[in-house]
Amino acid sequence: MKKTLAGFFLGLIFALSLTLFAGENPLYIASILFKSAFGSRYDLGLTLFYTTPLVFCGLSVAVAFHAGLFNIGAEGQLTMATLAATALGVALPSLSFPFAPLLALMVALLVGALWGFIAGWLKAVRGSHEVVVTIMLNFIAAGIASWFVLHVMPNPNSQNPESALVGSGYMLKDYDPIARFFPDTPVSMALIVAIMTAIGVWVLLWKTTFGFELRTVGYNPDAANRAGISEKNIKIIALCLAGALAGFVSLSEVMGSSGQFKIGFSADYGFVGIAVALLARNHPIGVIFAAFLMGALHKGASDLDLETTTITRDFSKIIQSLIILGVTSHGLWSWSNRRRKDK
Amino acid sequence: MTEILLPLISLLLATLRMATPMIFASMGGLLSERAGVVNIALEGFMLVGAFTAAVIAFYTHSAWLAAFVALGVGAFVGALYALFVIEFKGDQIVTGTAINILTVGAMPFFTKILFNSTGSTPSIPLEDRFNFEPIVLALLLVASLTYWFYQTYSGLWVQFAGEHPEALASAGINVRKVRWVSVILSGGLASIGGASLSTFLASSYSPLMTSGRGFMALAALIFGRWKPLQTCAACLFFGLTDALQMRLQGVQVAGFEVPVQFIQILPYFVTVIAVAGFFGKSESPKALGKVYE
Repeated sequence: MKKTLAGFFLGLIFALSLTLFAGENPLYIASILFKSAFGSRYDLGLTLFYTTPLVFCGLSVAVAFHAGLFNIGAEGQLTMATLAATALGVALPSLSFPFAPLLALMVALLVGALWGFIAGWLKAVRGSHEVVVTIMLNFIAAGIASWFVLHVMPNPNSQNPESALVGSGYMLKDYDPIARFFPDTPVSMALIVAIMTAIGVWVLLWKTTFGFELRTVGYNPDAANRAGISEKNIKIIALCLAGALAGFVSLSEVMGSSGQFKIGFSADYGFVGIAVALLARNHPIGVIFAAFLMGALHKGASDLDLETTTITRDFSKIIQSLIILGVTSHGLWSWSNRRRKDK
Repeated sequence: MTEILLPLISLLLATLRMATPMIFASMGGLLSERAGVVNIALEGFMLVGAFTAAVIAFYTHSAWLAAFVALGVGAFVGALYALFVIEFKGDQIVTGTAINILTVGAMPFFTKILFNSTGSTPSIPLEDRFNFEPIVLALLLVASLTYWFYQTYSGLWVQFAGEHPEALASAGINVRKVRWVSVILSGGLASIGGASLSTFLASSYSPLMTSGRGFMALAALIFGRWKPLQTCAACLFFGLTDALQMRLQGVQVAGFEVPVQFIQILPYFVTVIAVAGFFGKSESPKALGKVYE
């Protein structure tokens, strides 16, 4: 825990001090990040909007990790799931609340799980490395989504690369206390679903037999085999679960805010999800807080364009990546100790 | 006769052109992965190379100098990757992802300082760009790497660092050093691949211009079963799909327009089939991804 926090701050401080090269004061930059992330109800709303998909993606990566799998494919899974939810909403626009969003979510979760299943099945049955497969599936998903959105259900009223709007019965807006509390922001009650899901994942992993089996497969596959736990089945189910968790992003993106599939809507949620899981050390409850931190960074950096002349919103990527490096390099501390001894 | 031959020749040339950046990057990936270090940072290395070369070529009007500087800067970023995964024992996939995100975020930082824009670099005039040289270099690289890999001691060291590091260590060779050198070279080579994008295929650097080519190089490496010649062949095949994709835009096949996106995802699709073992077994180096203490 200490090392994780130390790695986090090391990355953050190093990233901020890079702004010296651009002639900026790091403390000033830090204050902008903070103000822009939490400065007003509107800012906080946006921060929470970015937090929501990051919770789902962090959970997706974490669940797979507990089964000993690296799910780098949350991006593809959330893309396919969001596409499916949008497609349903465009194809059957007359369905009404609350049946419509529930059905759309079900379909999204199924498609996300299916996209995870491909990687899980290939891993368990054909021995293909899940990292390679999920990277490729990310690109395949992006290709399919771009074709489907631009050629099958484009928005007839816009030149932007986006799909047609789903039926109004799919939207949570009118029934959504979170959206009402943060007017004019895209945050929705998907946030509450995200927190509940995180608690649900915690219960699943630590309070059920299945969770015990899943963690055993990840922690000690030999012991799992001897105890009669099917490593194959668990791995397949774990990636299906991971895919479904990533699929929840559709709730926040389509039903919760935009009502359509905008190409490029995901601010690398799937990849930042890796950072979130890493920061949370794969603990489902920790994921909520880590996602909030990463969401705040993303929102905080969005005002850098306006507030400074040299630093842009892309700076959040620098901070995120340096934090990842700081947290993952657990050898950093023993390495520096060894160096000290050598001297 | 000529009406068949000419398009074929032009398709062949386009294939070679499109494959060139990927050949460089996949040979870099080959070095790193055969030495036992997973390299999904190829995409980031390429982006760094594309940007560096575009900037140097713009200021010095020399494509060769640009390629050399790109090699150096790429090697530096490769060394950074090596430091984190070999010395700090960071997870190779996580660290690679971080390097990719870092480069995407860092490039606008530099373009803003240098050119006061977050978009493309200024375009490089035709006479300051490469015409065909990178293609020749890429093919030479594959040939010399093949020779080095299978015919020299140091080539064998790299192979052993990835297959059986303990055996290499017991022969008195420092496994860490072999991996360091391989990863640094891998950064340099992938970076030249990126340089060939911005100073050969295009006329400037534009954000995200690698558009997944680093991952495609990785795919070619796996499709080519981590062997230089097969990997090069895989790159040529992916280059062909790239070249076809431009020619097939808007073409009707039996009254049905082939979506560009489907041709774009073909390489990834083929790779999934390949790693699933449907073209015979594709085995990775045994110690790939394992930290050597």
